[in-house]
Amino acid sequence: MNIPKKLLYTKEHEWIKVNGDKGHVGITDYAQHHLGDIVFVELPELDEEVAAGESMGVVESVKAVATLFSPVSGQVMEVNEELEEAPELLNEDPYGNWIAIIELSDQGDLEGLMSADEYKSYCETLE
Amino acid sequence: MSLKRTPLYPMHLKYNGKIIDFGGWELPVQYEGMGIIKEHNMVREKAGLFDVSHMGEIIIIGDRAEEMVQRLVTNDVKSMQDFQVMYSPMCYPSGGVVDDLLVYRYDSKNYLLVVNAANADKDYEWIQQNLIPGVEASNRSAEYAQLALQGPAAQQILQKLTSLDLNAIRFFWFNPQVNISGVECLVSRTGYTGEDGFEIYVQPQQAEFIWEEIMGAGGEQISPIGLGARDSLRFEAKLPLYGQEIDQDITPLEAGLGFFVKLEAGDFIGRSALLKQKQEGLKRKLVEFSMLGKGIPRSHYEVEVGGLPVGHVSSGMHSPTFKQPIGLALLNMEHCEAGTEIDILIRNKPVKARVGKGIFYKKKTKSK
Repeated sequence: MNIPKKLLYTKEHEWIKVNGDKGHVGITDYAQHHLGDIVFVELPELDEEVAAGESMGVVESVKAVATLFSPVSGQVMEVNEELEEAPELLNEDPYGNWIAIIELSDQGDLEGLMSADEYKSYCETLE
Repeated sequence: MSLKRTPLYPMHLKYNGKIIDFGGWELPVQYEGMGIIKEHNMVREKAGLFDVSHMGEIIIIGDRAEEMVQRLVTNDVKSMQDFQVMYSPMCYPSGGVVDDLLVYRYDSKNYLLVVNAANADKDYEWIQQNLIPGVEASNRSAEYAQLALQGPAAQQILQKLTSLDLNAIRFFWFNPQVNISGVECLVSRTGYTGEDGFEIYVQPQQAEFIWEEIMGAGGEQISPIGLGARDSLRFEAKLPLYGQEIDQDITPLEAGLGFFVKLEAGDFIGRSALLKQKQEGLKRKLVEFSMLGKGIPRSHYEVEVGGLPVGHVSSGMHSPTFKQPIGLALLNMEHCEAGTEIDILIRNKPVKARVGKGIFYKKKTKSK
């Protein structure tokens, strides 16, 4: 299971890569592996205000429908439209393909997220 | 309640199946390194091996067995010859479906019914309740393991393991004594994928051996296939799934299975309700649809026209063969014409779709 060190993680298996007040958000290797073949991504809406822990999109595999939760509160600055045409990119490279970029409204949200080590331990409890 | 395992469970571990709870059975949804889409394509292009040992087997024996089976199911059992297989719904007096099943006729006093795993106990009870004198029913599910070998390469693979010319087993016929690698098996040319192929019934203690023989004979041409692709394959071929296209509240006529309802065949259970429904005309029926807007239709999503409910999706998914979402919906009659625009409620938002005809996979089974 690939869990890059420099990212932060949620219990719902999203990752966020924070750079100043910008955060790239995607789904983890664990998430793509457990979903199986991903065939549809409903992206967050551009400029939408999202709240930490709230639904902002959907990722669907052949079998399952998974809600995408925002790891932080803020505004959606950009969405990765490439995923609408090629959702399988999330299977192929879950950390190389972000889903949305969020402008953080509260850096304090990051304290509620897990480090790579914490996320790894968390995933082990789920097996 | 503890989960049940099929005799092939060790094979699912060996081939790295991802095990799920499927109606109380521990079965693989897919295999590591493959996944639903690859497994699906393997069956369409080459061959796949499925463990379907969870299916139920009920035998009906006695002087009046033919009459009994005819009374239970909607298809024309009396027209069957020895060693023929027939698909049929089995109905309640209301016309709703108890289950859909395969009838194997050994002779007019000896039948094997193969039923859905989740319905096996219910079916057996139903059959017992409707038993006529001179007939016995017995639930033999634990005595059979069942493998399905499906795909264009299925025959070529199985032929390597038997001296019997498999061309002799025609579509929807069976041979109860096929020697496969030294083991006696019942083999029918049947399946649930829309491809040519076989279903192989064997004693549980021989199941692993037969599995490995077939995997070995198949080499690069075969892969084990999980329940995920079993569902996507049957769906694309528009083969009904109990609980979705048919159930106790949906009649075979509504589900487009009228071909398997032979009202002239005899007085089967549900006949008068189905006859009445046919005479009065259907109020709803199953239709194909494709998506115009973005989204994937799923089982039980509501369907609307002009903001009013007109039915629901029975099955829907991203079709691996067509690489786009398609679906089946049970709709009120006035919205069933091909070309009609409908709204699928996906997460409470209406998404445009269009009723179609002939948009599903054309079966490659050797029906002649």
